[in-house]
Amino acid sequence: MTRTRGILLGVVGVVLLGVLWEAYKALGPANGFVINGLTVLPRTNDLAMPHLVTMFTRLFEPVTSAPGSPALWSAVVQAAGFSLGIAAVGWIIGVVVGMLLAVLMQRFRTAESALLPWVVLSQTVPLIALAPLVAGIGAQLRFGEARWQDWMSVALIASYLAFFPVSVGALRGLESPDRAHVELMRTYAVGWWKTLITLRIPASIPYLLPALRLAAANAVIGTVVAEVSIGLRGGVGRMMIEYASASSGDPGKPWAPIFGAVVIGLIAAGLVAAIGLGLRKYRQGEVPA
Amino acid sequence: MSNAVTVNAASKIFPLARGKSVVALEEIDLAVAPGEFVSLIGPSGCGKSTLLRLIADLDQPTSGSIEVFGKTARQARIDQDYGIAFQQAGLLPWRSVTGNIELPLELHGVGKTARRARAAELLALVGLSDFADRYPDQLSGGMQQRVAIARSLAESPELLLMDEPFGALDEMTRERMQDELVRLCAETGAAVVFVTHSIPEAVFLSDRVVVISPRPGRIREIVPVGLGSAGNREEGLREASGFFAAVSAVREALHGAPTAEVRGGETR
Amino acid sequence: MRETTAGRARMIMAPVILGVVVIVLWQLVVVGFAIKPYVLPSPLSIWDQFTRAFGTIWSGTKVTGFNALVGLLLGAVLGILFAVFSALLRVFDELSLPVVLALAVVPIVALAPVLYTMFGAGEETARQLVAALAVFIPVYVNTLRGLRQVRPVHRDLMRAYAASAWQATRTVTLPGATPFLFTGLRIASSLAVISALIAEYFGGPVDGLGRSITSAASYSNYPLAYAFVLGSIVLGLVFYLLTLALEKFATRHSPP
Repeated sequence: MTRTRGILLGVVGVVLLGVLWEAYKALGPANGFVINGLTVLPRTNDLAMPHLVTMFTRLFEPVTSAPGSPALWSAVVQAAGFSLGIAAVGWIIGVVVGMLLAVLMQRFRTAESALLPWVVLSQTVPLIALAPLVAGIGAQLRFGEARWQDWMSVALIASYLAFFPVSVGALRGLESPDRAHVELMRTYAVGWWKTLITLRIPASIPYLLPALRLAAANAVIGTVVAEVSIGLRGGVGRMMIEYASASSGDPGKPWAPIFGAVVIGLIAAGLVAAIGLGLRKYRQGEVPA
Repeated sequence: MSNAVTVNAASKIFPLARGKSVVALEEIDLAVAPGEFVSLIGPSGCGKSTLLRLIADLDQPTSGSIEVFGKTARQARIDQDYGIAFQQAGLLPWRSVTGNIELPLELHGVGKTARRARAAELLALVGLSDFADRYPDQLSGGMQQRVAIARSLAESPELLLMDEPFGALDEMTRERMQDELVRLCAETGAAVVFVTHSIPEAVFLSDRVVVISPRPGRIREIVPVGLGSAGNREEGLREASGFFAAVSAVREALHGAPTAEVRGGETR
Repeated sequence: MRETTAGRARMIMAPVILGVVVIVLWQLVVVGFAIKPYVLPSPLSIWDQFTRAFGTIWSGTKVTGFNALVGLLLGAVLGILFAVFSALLRVFDELSLPVVLALAVVPIVALAPVLYTMFGAGEETARQLVAALAVFIPVYVNTLRGLRQVRPVHRDLMRAYAASAWQATRTVTLPGATPFLFTGLRIASSLAVISALIAEYFGGPVDGLGRSITSAASYSNYPLAYAFVLGSIVLGLVFYLLTLALEKFATRHSPP
């Protein structure tokens, strides 16, 4: 009852947003509202704000006018799959590193006081600005026959954005058990490792799941941004730049990779939600990140 | 003069999921005279807090009626005929001690100088004059509760409703607070409805103790304590034989039958 | 007392020592192994570039910092307004839920290219909007949580005082939500800087820190690129510390 109401109203909300778009396009001035030379509201011509219909029909037309060119949607799906794969690698690395850091910080107080400020700092400062430089370092690396690939740089940056919420969330979770529970384990004469496995890790799950969700969103963002700044071809990030610059006569086209990025974000969030479903019994009293 | 509180055959039924429901209170009849101190006691979940909430018009009875000073409970709430204190002090953390005591006065349009003066008076009454400008997070639990009680007295109500106000305090603080409450009641002459699950607390404070049994909540017995008027009670009373007799009487009423081993000096 | 002094010393000293050790090791490794600057410049050469190019870095910081600030203010105002609407009208909350959920998991910088077309590629508006959108989500979510977080005992108290809806909002709901709002703002401040910066990677005028990093990198002037990165780090830190101070001030009497 309330569920169907929620879904129904949600759909209405999305439709309203579309109506708003079309209404502004129809009624707003062609060159946007300009106050003191500052554009406060967007231009409404077909190039700046294409009709929603244009965006959608464009998906089913070929990418270019060259013969044999595939439909735009299939190119976007392919690119999205590519980016999602890189984001997944980045997410996994980020989760592993984040968990290890959290366990280390939980185990050694000195490690916590030495590392935690840097972990927090690492996200408050825009170190993602380093992205263009990471590929430069990577290009110099060789492991015998294997060479460092650009996609690895992208995954590395994605993992850099993903590890933070995991390490902070997991640390809070590992330290969440009541004193009584910890002391109970102590009276059982159980060591740190057993306490970790039987008490701390299960207790951390309500904190960990929102962190994993955040990490997934961050990994997707990191992937898209790093694709752009490193110039890696094949993913949606690069596709956005290419389509945006080559679209003066084709306003619907740049929206396609944006839809692709939205879909990746939603899929990533959905996958993490599926993990959460499997861990249902640990999830009493979930704490938002 | 009409009763401070009159409860007429009040019942409260809470609906649960899937069409089930739980009877919290069943056919409660109770009268509290002006200036009388009445405690509601019973095991957890017996509905004693629910009864207090009905009197305060925080919840409405499913059937039956409640009158406060001859008006409906709702009208009494709107006219602010009672002051209330909860188990949690419920102070607003962003207001100073004075600001918290002034809150009801401020909400009801009392001018700033009058508010200040009244707050200072009440702070002296609860012995916290030195803490007027502190914030709740800088006070101990007992001090916070005293601020909450001062707040409940702000508008000099004829009726005080108290829902386990000392429940979270340690035994020593608790006994001191009880002494203070007895003194305050003597000074203000207000009627009190006091919810507790401590037998000695109920006996020490009350003129009458209302024993409530759980599921469904019913009045099992009303024990008259008769230890004298509030003005005459003091610390020594806790060791008087009349006190122990009343404690035993309430305990027997709670357990539904005389219990052999309780004649000793156990005070909790 | 000795305990807490020692604990405090460790809390401050441990991260400082770690930081110094890392920088010294970095310097030693770069010098010792003769690592080329296009792989990894040494901290000293970055600092050298930072002081020499300070004028350029400062003007880039002003541009990016201003974009981030406009985005932060705009996004915060919108986030608070929407949160108040959502708290008052459940329908509004339900209508916006999927859009908000989607915005939270979607890379918002992805909108940068189309925003450049909508507002003009020669203007900063698109970057400010990207920052504002990124700010909107945490401010909205946190403020709404704060507005919904009225403790039952306070709600009872307001009812017992026969307080009007507006009185209850003014004395309990709004002050109670303030700490949450500032927490959201603190989270958002970093996002504002990061978003304004990386929106520059997607096009627009060449005047901010982001474009300076990429152009220095494309001319293979790596120490200069790192010097711009250092500038952006300082900018992010300033935003974070200012909002952190605001948050501490707003939550000074709230239970942790």
